[in-house]
Parts: sequence; C-alpha cells; structure tokens
Amino acid sequence: MGYLNSFYLSGPEVELSVAGLILLIVAAFAGQKSAKTVTALAVLALLGAAAFTVNLFTNSAFELGGDVWSGLYRMDAFGSFAKILIYIATIGCLIVAPKFFDAKGAYRPEYPVLMLFGAVGMGLMVSAIDLMTLYIGLELSSLSSYVLASYSRNDGRSAEAGLKYFVLGALASGILLYGMSLVYGFTGSTSYLGIRAALGDGLSTGALFGVVFVLAGLAFKIAAVPFHMWTPDVYEGAPTPVTAFFATAPKVAAVAITMRIALDPFGGNAAAWQQIIIFAALASIVVGALGAIGQQNLKRLLAYSSINNIGFILIGLAVATAAGAGAMLTYLAIYVVMSLGSFVALMMLKDSGGNQLETFGDISGLSSTRPVLAWCLLAIMFSLAGIPPLLGFYGKFVIFQAAVEADMVILAAVGIAASVIGAFYYIKFVKVMFFDEPADVVVADQSKARWIVLALSALIISPLGYLLTPGLDWVTERAASALFFVV
Amino acid sequence: MIGIEHYLVVSAILFVLGVLGIFLNRKNVIIILMAIELILLAVNIQLVAFSAFLNDLVGQIFAMFVLTVAAAEAAIGLAILVIYYRGRGTIAVDDVNQMKG
Repeated sequence: MGYLNSFYLSGPEVELSVAGLILLIVAAFAGQKSAKTVTALAVLALLGAAAFTVNLFTNSAFELGGDVWSGLYRMDAFGSFAKILIYIATIGCLIVAPKFFDAKGAYRPEYPVLMLFGAVGMGLMVSAIDLMTLYIGLELSSLSSYVLASYSRNDGRSAEAGLKYFVLGALASGILLYGMSLVYGFTGSTSYLGIRAALGDGLSTGALFGVVFVLAGLAFKIAAVPFHMWTPDVYEGAPTPVTAFFATAPKVAAVAITMRIALDPFGGNAAAWQQIIIFAALASIVVGALGAIGQQNLKRLLAYSSINNIGFILIGLAVATAAGAGAMLTYLAIYVVMSLGSFVALMMLKDSGGNQLETFGDISGLSSTRPVLAWCLLAIMFSLAGIPPLLGFYGKFVIFQAAVEADMVILAAVGIAASVIGAFYYIKFVKVMFFDEPADVVVADQSKARWIVLALSALIISPLGYLLTPGLDWVTERAASALFFVV
Repeated sequence: MIGIEHYLVVSAILFVLGVLGIFLNRKNVIIILMAIELILLAVNIQLVAFSAFLNDLVGQIFAMFVLTVAAAEAAIGLAILVIYYRGRGTIAVDDVNQMKG
C-alpha cells in the first residue's frame, strides 16, 4: 500500500482538510463579507467529498475496503455510509444557517470553516481502525463542536451551552481515553486487529475495565442515559442551526464508532458489553420519553426526543448481529432526515421582530395561521413517534425485527411499550398546533433554503419514502456486512 | 522495587481526583479546567507506564498526541470561558444555571 493509494482511499478527509485550511485563510483575510462565499465553497467541498465517498462505496473493487496509512485507517462500506450521512447532514445545517444568523448580523465565515473541520474529524473517526486515529478524529470534531455551541457570542445562553458542552465533553474524552489506555495496556496494542486478537482468549479484569470506560465515554458522546444530562441544556442554548448539527452529524459519527468499537475490537466478547448496552438502551428510551413530558421549550423537548431515539438505535447494537447493525444504520439514516426537518421547522418559527420562538405557547393554533409549516411539523412528529405510514415507523420496525430474530423478545416488548409513552408528547404537538387558540405570532418564512430542506425531509418521511426502502436496505446491508467482514 | 502496579495506582488516583474535581468543585470554572488537565495527565502517566512495561513505543506516541490535544482543549476552554465571563461577569460554578429543567 503506497502513499498514493493511502491518499486516494482517504480522499474525502484529505479534500475536506485542504478545503478547510484554504477557506480559513480566505476567511481570515477577507473578513465578514466573505461569509456567504465561504459557505458556498464549503458546501461545494462537502458535495465533492460526498460524491467521492459514494464512488468508493459503490465501486465493487473496494467492497471490503482497504487498510491504509499503515493500518490506522480503513476505507470500507460502513465508514463510507456513515460519511455520506455526515456530509449530507452538514450540508443541510450549512445552507440554512446564513439567513438564521443574518437577522442579527452575526453570520461570520468561521461557521462554515468549523463545520468543515468537524466533518473531517467525524469522517476520520468513523474510518479509524486504531485507537489513536479514533481519538484524534473524535477530538477534532468535538473541539469544533464546542466552539460552534458558543457561536452566538453575545447570547448568554449560547456561551453557557458552550461551557457546559466543553466541560462534560472533555470529561467524556478523558473517560474514553482512560479506557483506551487500559485496553492498550492489557492487550498490548492500539489497533483494532491487535486488540481483537489479544482479547480472543478471554477478557482480563483490567481489559474489562477498559471496555467499560470506553463504552461510558462513547455513551457520553451519543447522549445515552446515564450520560445524557448535558443534552437538554446544550440543545436549548446553542443557536438552532448548530443544534440541528449536533442532533445529526456528530450523532451519526458517535453511533458509528460505538458500533465499530463494540463489534470489531470487542466483537469477540459481546457478552461482556451486551448487558451495558441493553441497560443504556432501555434507560434512554424511558428517560427520553418521561423527561420530555412537561417541557415547554421545543428545543429541549427535541433533545429528550434524541435521547429516546438513541435508545432505539442501541437496541440494534444490543443484539450484536449483522441484522441488528443494518437496522441501526437504517434507523440512523431516517433519524437524520427527521431531526434535520424538525430543527429546520423550529428555525422557521419567528415573530415579526425576527426573534426566534421556541415554546409551545408560540405554536398554539399554528395550523390556522401557517398551515403548511404546521402540517410538516405534524408529519415529522408522527414520524419521530413511529406512527405508520410514515417512514419513522420503518426504522423502529427493522430494529424490533432484528431484536425478535435474535430472541430478545423482552427487550423488544419493553421498547415498544416505552415508545407508546413517547408518543404522548409528540401528539401534544398536534393538540397544541391544531386545537388550541391561535397565538398568531409566527410570521411567514422567506428563506428558500429552509423551505427546500424542510420539504425534502417531509417528502422522504412521507409514505412516499417507502419507495426508498429497498435501496436503503441494500445500502445498509452492504455497510453492516463490511463491519462483520473480520468475523 | 517500583513496578507497573504503582504507576497504575498513581494514575488511577489522579484520574479519580480529576473527576471529583469536576463534580465536587463549587467554586469556579478555572478549577474545572485544571481538573480536566489532571485527567488527561493521569492517562498520560498510564500510557507511558504501559509503554515502558510492554516495551512498545506506541503508548508514548499516543501520549504525545494526548499532550497536543490537551493543549488545544485548554485553549478552547479558556476562550469559551472568556466569552462567558464577558456576558455574565462571573465564572462561579453555581451561577452557570441560566437553563434548567
């Protein structure tokens, strides 16, 4: 494997880092007026990276991928799938941002540059097959996220969100790193291959501690219970486009590395971590459902909704089969579309003074004043609740199917029961928007980008989205089998 | 004779002190930043100890990466702290409570 091949297979990261560095210089010299141009170029760079990744994904010569950079990085279908989702989510959060910040004259070119570096980090971590690559990728994306969370410098809540995210994120990295060092010490290797081989003949106590610490650190990053407490505050405080980003791209990346870590290096010792994942999954579903009840702030409510959804995704990991992994990826893809749609819909709630509205009181009676927006929100909420015939149902269906096939009927039954509790607050949206007295504070939204993103996500989660499911199944199966290739 | 266990115990103690420093500290955010550094340094001690014990350089290379990232993290943490202080006029941990629920 020569250098050229290494550069070629890690092309998306190379391209995005070069683009990020160039745009950083442009931003530094041209200043605030270059913000729109830099955004457009960043979107172009991401599109290019996505197209390149699609090409690598579909090229049958690379079906099982290749290990490059001396076994630090692997280009495979799994990583490519996660990267495509990450790039699409990042593009979505980029194109809706300028109008949002422009209202306060606060749009600066740092935003797209930070997003690009975040995307590089996330791409790096989903392709990592060595703990060092994983750590560097994770930190690159986390450090960009901390800055993005406190992006609205003059808003006290944004700064507070950034501070909380930073402290708890750094703690999570510390826990993860401590686990990594234990794993390294007790297996003598940082590469996934070496760890898997060393753990083949049983798990020593030290290595078990390492596995638990690593999973705890990752649970922080995906906001699974009991490490979820930062999520509502950060989601509420961060500017909405940034919240949309947190709920999509970093979540995909964190779930993907959790899958890869659990199933590749620790894959031979599934019994050691399955209990933990089952607990985290059920606790996330229940806490996500109960915590959301009584929330008045919509962003906070969506934060609990994301905790709830992570619980369902983890059920797919708990079964530890290729079918479960494929179901997770399907759910993840649908979840990204729903999250993006829901946060873009929230961005469109503005009063005549240009202020963002984020509480239930503001959307009461929305159906009579802004019917299109209300119907889109309705579809997204029903889809998040998993009500057929919307696409959200399909995600939950494949997850529970995988659980039942792996003889984990009780897990599936508890999950389904808890999803009924969760339906309560999604349906509250309907009650407030369609049956309450109109508050009539939301003004019509003029941003084309936002309408396009909202319309696309509403179209995909509508029953028409089921036309996509054969393709989605093919793609996720291919990605999941790449993950299980080593077995 | 000082063996690998001693290093592991020291690093475990430092790690726990760091975690406690984040959760028990009620004074100000700077102390939290110091606690985070303590956690990362505890990990570094452990990595280097394992590296020496295993006769394998990878652990020391990892420790170098951790040092670099720790520096970047401290820089970003302080930057966020500065904008927080500008808006609020205080960095006491008990006052970081504008959002609750």
